[in-house]
Amino acid sequence: MSSATTPPDSDPNGRRRIHSMLKLYYGLNEEGKAADQAESLDPCDINGPHFDPEVYLNKLRKECSLGELMDHESCMVKQIRSLDSDMQTLVYENYNKFISATDTIRKMKNDFKKMEDEMDCLSANMASITEFSARISGTLQDQHAQITKLSGVHTLLRKLQFLFELPARLNKCLELQAYAQAVSAHRRARCVLQQYSHMPSFRGIQDDCHVIMEQLAQQLRQKFRDGGSSAKDLSECVELLLQLDEPAEELCDKFLSHAQSRLEADLQGLEAELKDSAVTDTGGGSVQKTSPGSNPVSPSSSVINPFLSPTAGTDILEFIDRGCNEFVSSLCLVIASYQELFINRPQEGELASKNIPEMANGKLHVFVDTLAARYFSLVERRIQEEKGVSDNSLLVRALDRFHRRLQAISKLLPGSAVPSHGTEIVVQAARQRIKQYLSALQTFYHDSLTDVRQALAAPRLAVGGASASGGGASSKDATPSLPELLASLSNFILNQLKSVLASVHLFTAKDITFSNKPYFKGEFCSQGVREGLVVSFIKFICQSSRQYCESAGDRGGSTPPALLLLLSRLCLDYETSTISYILTLTDEQSCSEITEPLCLLLDNIYWVNTIEPRNVRAVMKRVVEDTTSIDVQVGLLYEEGVRKAHSSDSSKRTFSVYSSSRQQIRYAPSYTPSAPMDTNLLSNIHKLFSERIDIFSPVEFNKVSVLTGIIKISLKTFLECVRLRTFGRYGLQQIQVDCHYLQMYLWRFVSDENLVHFLLDEIVCSAAHRCLDPSPMEQSVIEVICERG
Amino acid sequence: MGSKHTNELTYDAQQCSPGSSSQAFSVVNVLCFLVFWLCIINAWAVVLSACFQARALTAQTAETDAIRFLVGTQSLKFDNQIHIIDFDDENNMINKSVLLHDAGEIWHISGSPADKAVLTTCYSKSEFCVCVSCRPASESRVLTCAAVWRMPPEWESGNHESPDDSSNNPQTLELLCHLDNTAHGSVACVLWEPMGDGKRLISLAENHVLLWDLQESSTKAKVSTATLEGKGQLKFTTGKWSPHHNSTQLATANDTAIRGWDLRSMSQIYCIENAHGQLVRDLDFNPNKQYYLASCGDDCKVKFWDVRHINEPVKCLEEHSHWVWSVRYNHSHDQLLLTGSSDSRVILSNMVSISSEPFGHLVDDDDLSDNEESQQEDKGKEPLQDSIIATYEEHEDSVYAVEWSVADPWLFASLSYDGRLVINRVPRALKYRILL
Repeated sequence: MSSATTPPDSDPNGRRRIHSMLKLYYGLNEEGKAADQAESLDPCDINGPHFDPEVYLNKLRKECSLGELMDHESCMVKQIRSLDSDMQTLVYENYNKFISATDTIRKMKNDFKKMEDEMDCLSANMASITEFSARISGTLQDQHAQITKLSGVHTLLRKLQFLFELPARLNKCLELQAYAQAVSAHRRARCVLQQYSHMPSFRGIQDDCHVIMEQLAQQLRQKFRDGGSSAKDLSECVELLLQLDEPAEELCDKFLSHAQSRLEADLQGLEAELKDSAVTDTGGGSVQKTSPGSNPVSPSSSVINPFLSPTAGTDILEFIDRGCNEFVSSLCLVIASYQELFINRPQEGELASKNIPEMANGKLHVFVDTLAARYFSLVERRIQEEKGVSDNSLLVRALDRFHRRLQAISKLLPGSAVPSHGTEIVVQAARQRIKQYLSALQTFYHDSLTDVRQALAAPRLAVGGASASGGGASSKDATPSLPELLASLSNFILNQLKSVLASVHLFTAKDITFSNKPYFKGEFCSQGVREGLVVSFIKFICQSSRQYCESAGDRGGSTPPALLLLLSRLCLDYETSTISYILTLTDEQSCSEITEPLCLLLDNIYWVNTIEPRNVRAVMKRVVEDTTSIDVQVGLLYEEGVRKAHSSDSSKRTFSVYSSSRQQIRYAPSYTPSAPMDTNLLSNIHKLFSERIDIFSPVEFNKVSVLTGIIKISLKTFLECVRLRTFGRYGLQQIQVDCHYLQMYLWRFVSDENLVHFLLDEIVCSAAHRCLDPSPMEQSVIEVICERG
Repeated sequence: MGSKHTNELTYDAQQCSPGSSSQAFSVVNVLCFLVFWLCIINAWAVVLSACFQARALTAQTAETDAIRFLVGTQSLKFDNQIHIIDFDDENNMINKSVLLHDAGEIWHISGSPADKAVLTTCYSKSEFCVCVSCRPASESRVLTCAAVWRMPPEWESGNHESPDDSSNNPQTLELLCHLDNTAHGSVACVLWEPMGDGKRLISLAENHVLLWDLQESSTKAKVSTATLEGKGQLKFTTGKWSPHHNSTQLATANDTAIRGWDLRSMSQIYCIENAHGQLVRDLDFNPNKQYYLASCGDDCKVKFWDVRHINEPVKCLEEHSHWVWSVRYNHSHDQLLLTGSSDSRVILSNMVSISSEPFGHLVDDDDLSDNEESQQEDKGKEPLQDSIIATYEEHEDSVYAVEWSVADPWLFASLSYDGRLVINRVPRALKYRILL
């Protein structure tokens, strides 16, 4: 069995080897069969490339039983048979195909033989055709040459005829004013005439043409110069002139100078108007301004009444209107036509090489800039004359129109500096306006302040006169005016500020074109209006208030403190940072007013040897009176503050009892020299336990706080003065009486009455320390004296 | 340290009233002890006495080794004392010695620049206090006098004794010379010639400037006087002898004006009218810039003047809320300025912009203007701006005197009316910033 299977298998084995070697050589197998590689390596795989029948057989023999071997063999035989039959059918099919292929080839052979004959016949015919055509062209050669010659002569003759007719035709064109035709005709002939100018006949024609064309150019120039013609005519004119080799620069210049003269006229008109208004403003007071026609009136020299300028002469809107309608619109026209003529023309041939547009553009820019500069200077002057505060809307509208018209120029002339310059002018005007408003506000503020001062001074005088006779009634009449004054003052200022802001607001209104500019959107609002106007005004208010305060401090009360109060309240209303400053200044001012007499008194009396106290001194009464009046004044302006609960039931009697009992404890022992230590210890202990009284706490904006501050500082000053003196027995007693008196009246003004008690105790204590003979007065006596006072 | 304070207190109390109850003492001791400990955190406080007020404070000018302050008490009823406060820097200890000054209450005190044992006081006599009630008015004027004193040599040996001993018999000052001013009225202050030999001094009496020359430690010659002309009752409140110009200039204050005097001709050289809105309380010369001086007054302001341009102050500080009683330049770093006020605050400010050494290097006085300009230019990069360095609120009563230590330029003392002396240091960070 083994011999039966091996021979057919050995041959394919060798072929397969060759096959695989070829595959290896062409690099085919590795990639393609990578997946099969694993199974094909198995020599027992009957379908694999590495099948080894020997191994397979051995394996079968080793592994299988006899039955299985038998089965395997029969299966194998069956397979071989089927494979044999398959092969037979394949061979048969292939044989049939081969037969049919041979038939086809034989048929094709016959067909090709027929085609060969036909091709031979075709080539013979073609040869005869070429021969005939050659013969025909040979016969026609001569005649063709003659015809071409004749046609050449004909065209030449026509040209010559045109040339000879040219002068006449040009003349006719000139008569009919068909310049364009003439120019085009001349242009056609020009080069020919130029070429054949050595021949006398042609020379004659050329000369004639020249003369005519000169004439034509002259006429064109004339027409151009007259300028009355429409823009289309003008442009045609320029075009023709350009074609006539007229230098473009000269043309530009001429055009521009011509336009300039017209624009100058407009400007002159504007300037004259400006002068007129200036003259009317000055009211004909000065002769020199009216006389020089050419001299521009310098804005600085023309003194202008701020409230007359809008009414006298034309108002600014009219002025700008006129400027726009006359100057700016004609300028726009000029620019447009100029651009049409020189810049935007399609360029052709030789003209293109001359680089006209650039040159022309430069000229145009210079021209526009100079004219615009003049115009701007005029406008600026006009705006500067606009010093009045009242008619802001007119100015804004005028500026708006001005700006809008300039926008048109910028559209026409993209690279020009004119619009930006114009915007600058607008910005400048806006700034100037703000400054004017500021100064107006300031003067207004000053005026109203002087009014207030006068109003304050008048009642003051009245009070001063009345107080000698002890009139409380007159002061009552006078004082209610304070809040009214404040209200009117702040109302005035607020209204003024509001109106100013409203008019400034016009600058940024939506329908105004320049409000969209970045400057007006950002900087103008923040920088100009807020910083420049509002803030500086408030600063000004603060500063002037401060000046009042300072001067008051220096001169010792020449400014009424009421005014300071007013100012402080005003500042409070505006919520600026300097309020507290001013308020403290006010405080100090009021204090110094109260304490000055005190100090003076202390200075003037030799305390060592005063007489026995019989009365409360008048100074103390004055202090109380002053405090009351300040209280009234402050109360009018500030609301009541928080007050600590009144421990003393707000009645004088209980208070005096309280104070007397307290004083007995506090002072009585200290005045006996036998036991000084007790007092010192007691007062020290007291100090340790009592919370430290802050004398200089910041002032709040209510009546109680302000008055507390004033009283605290006054008493502190009193204390310092006392400490600098040396007292005799009666001096001490006088201080006792005074302090008691103050205690009786001052507590009601302050937020915490313990404070007054503390400070007054401190004063009496210090006085006792500074006393050479400390023998205090009986509390009851003090009370009697104070009651009497 | 705590025990030391307690001891001092006990001693004070006993001295003041030997017979009072011990219960009160213990209370006071405990309480004051607490207060001390609070203060010790960043300052050293000493209470002179529970029963003495004090106004006069000076550093002992001639003493350059020890940190020593002299305090004069002010009392009408008891014998007044001069307290010598020694601050031991290394151990943070405060030692106190007491000398008796029985002439009267001390309004002003200053130490001789040459001899550390010599000092002057202005004191008011109170000897006829008893007679006030029975005497006619002519006798009862209180007159402030001035005298030169020498400290007894033994005080130093006795200052470390137990307080009880020293309180029992404090040493008495030895009178060297009485500066007789009966012809001229009350003396406001006495000034030593700065950096002089301790022989020349000036007293300001009412409206006279008296220049004294001490001879042989006791005799005196009044060289010359200058009198302030003017209507009304004008009198000097304070003055300062300029350390510049070879010590030939003097600045005085009366009412709201500051006047400069040339001591050679005894004539006025400048006058700043209305220097302050109210009374001028104190003056001090910039130790390094000859034309600069600082003043303070009742308008709560401290102003800096260039005496060549007296129309307006160079600078103005408004930090205090009540009268400013004392202003002092640091002796070596003139950007440091100390002010004491009756709002019981002491303020230490750093005035870099008008100091002589704005950037840590010395600039000649001659080109002051250039200096200022460059300051203006360099202000941007200068980290130390004019500023308040610190506000000290240890005092509970008005602070009448502040003084820098002579020995340690970073140390200063302030004295309030209740007799509390507080010794403080310049903050360390700032010190290093100035030094480095």
